[in-house]
Amino acid sequence: MSAAIEVSHLTKQFAGRTAVSDVSFSVASGEVFGFLGPNGAGKTTTVRILGTLIAPTAGSALIAGIPLTRATAGQIRQRISIMPEAPGLYQRLTVAENLEFFARLYGLPQRQARIGEALAAVGLADRASDPCGSLSKGLRQRAALARTLLNDPAVMFLDEPTSGLDPAAAHEVLGLIGALRDRGVTVFLTTHRLDEAQRLCDRVAIMNTSLLSIGRPDELRHALFSRSLAVTIAAPLAKPGEIFDGLPGVESWQAVNPAASDPAGAGPADYLLTVADPARVAPVVTRALVHADADVVSITESRHTLEDVYLQLIDDKNKGGQPR
Amino acid sequence: MNESASRIGAVVRKELTEFRRNRFIIVTTAIVPLVFLISPTASILAIKATASSAVLTRRVDTSLFFPLLIPVVVPTILSAFSVIGEREQGTLEPVLTTPVSTVELLAGKAAAIFLPAVSVAYLIFGIFVAIVRFGATAAVGTAAWNAPQLPAEVIFIPLLAGWSIWVGLAISARASDTRVAQQLSLLGSLPPLALIALLSFNVITPSLGLAAVFAAVLLVIDCAACFVVAQLFNGERLITGHKATGLAR
Repeated sequence: MSAAIEVSHLTKQFAGRTAVSDVSFSVASGEVFGFLGPNGAGKTTTVRILGTLIAPTAGSALIAGIPLTRATAGQIRQRISIMPEAPGLYQRLTVAENLEFFARLYGLPQRQARIGEALAAVGLADRASDPCGSLSKGLRQRAALARTLLNDPAVMFLDEPTSGLDPAAAHEVLGLIGALRDRGVTVFLTTHRLDEAQRLCDRVAIMNTSLLSIGRPDELRHALFSRSLAVTIAAPLAKPGEIFDGLPGVESWQAVNPAASDPAGAGPADYLLTVADPARVAPVVTRALVHADADVVSITESRHTLEDVYLQLIDDKNKGGQPR
Repeated sequence: MNESASRIGAVVRKELTEFRRNRFIIVTTAIVPLVFLISPTASILAIKATASSAVLTRRVDTSLFFPLLIPVVVPTILSAFSVIGEREQGTLEPVLTTPVSTVELLAGKAAAIFLPAVSVAYLIFGIFVAIVRFGATAAVGTAAWNAPQLPAEVIFIPLLAGWSIWVGLAISARASDTRVAQQLSLLGSLPPLALIALLSFNVITPSLGLAAVFAAVLLVIDCAACFVVAQLFNGERLITGHKATGLAR
């Protein structure tokens, strides 16, 4: 699949402060790419650079196959659209008037049809005549999303599209972004909401001024965390080492809760086993526990969320660690 | 219509729609011209038929100067808000992500201010001239009708409006606050008005040649200003608060 965005050693400094440092990545056509990071990580700055709004201090980029230069900025703007964090709608104009203005700026033919399609795509057709100032925040985000659809962009940059929305409105906006994937649009989504990144994105990049990691959410989890089995027994094992040590595929084990550390203790005991392949090792562990007359409550693969990955990487960065 | 003209037209149409729906702008653009109509009209109608020639000339000169304030003040109010206002309501960033060029954006904004400002100025000037011609005493009416300022004002109204618009837009593109932009724009609009005042009140002896040169200079400035202001328009600074380093507008 061809790259919709290619970024190479991108750096941006503001008055001596580095906002983005030596960032390189590529985004395939039709991919939903999540750009994650804490506030001030350089996500919006990166979007603004790739959207031709601000100039990089160093580095280069290809957007929709066009090199990012001052001379080609107009060409790039024809092929992309950006939804900034604030919807940026003219409050005194109606939804349709806002879209009409932008459709004219893009020089679109058959404006009314395009506006109608964009409004229908975000479910705002019946609010076309409403002044934007009278819309709720969620509806304004939808109107802004309709604006970004107008020029049928090859690449769409969405900067914190659910910022400040209540859960229901955020859910609606995420549904609309999911629909963009079905239309084959390349979506570059910046967010610090990890649940939405996990739900929507094919791949994610985690950055904090510099790029910390990039990959599919499950790849990042596997790269960052060893695989493990969480074992719960109804009562503590008298000699857990005799059961777990030497079991094929079990690399190490640890007692998780106090009950598990005390053979004379009461209540369920939790153990965490570091294993090479949870699917293959789980039956072996189960058999060993049954053989030892242990009352097995559960044996499950220990799951790490994207949030665990994110927090681990940001923590590493704050401690001065190297990017993974 | 080519793409550039179409984009300028889109900006003009959008700006005029916003002006129409902005009560502050409607009230301001109505009240300011009325003040500049009522004051000189009352002054000129109060001149008695027995007034001396010197008094007559001085008061006619003063009264005819007032309508020239309209194309200075009204565009200042509108243009000072123009760029900084977009920045403050968050609409500048989406606009700058479209293919519209800085020159097209500024030309559209300037045209949208020029049209109502000059229309109102001519309207008020016409009303004033009609009142003086038919409402004042015969001597006053004749003196005003034959004053050299009359044709000069017809020419200088759009030229002064142009100057004020571009000064306002330039300041609006650089200022960080709407109120500061309006105050600075008003100050920036004063130099050509001061020169006209000096000519009107015979501090500088007026002549057709001097007026023509002055008008020509203003015309050249008005025409070239779009490109000068476009250079002052720094999209990166307007969006991020930091000066641009190369690629951005």
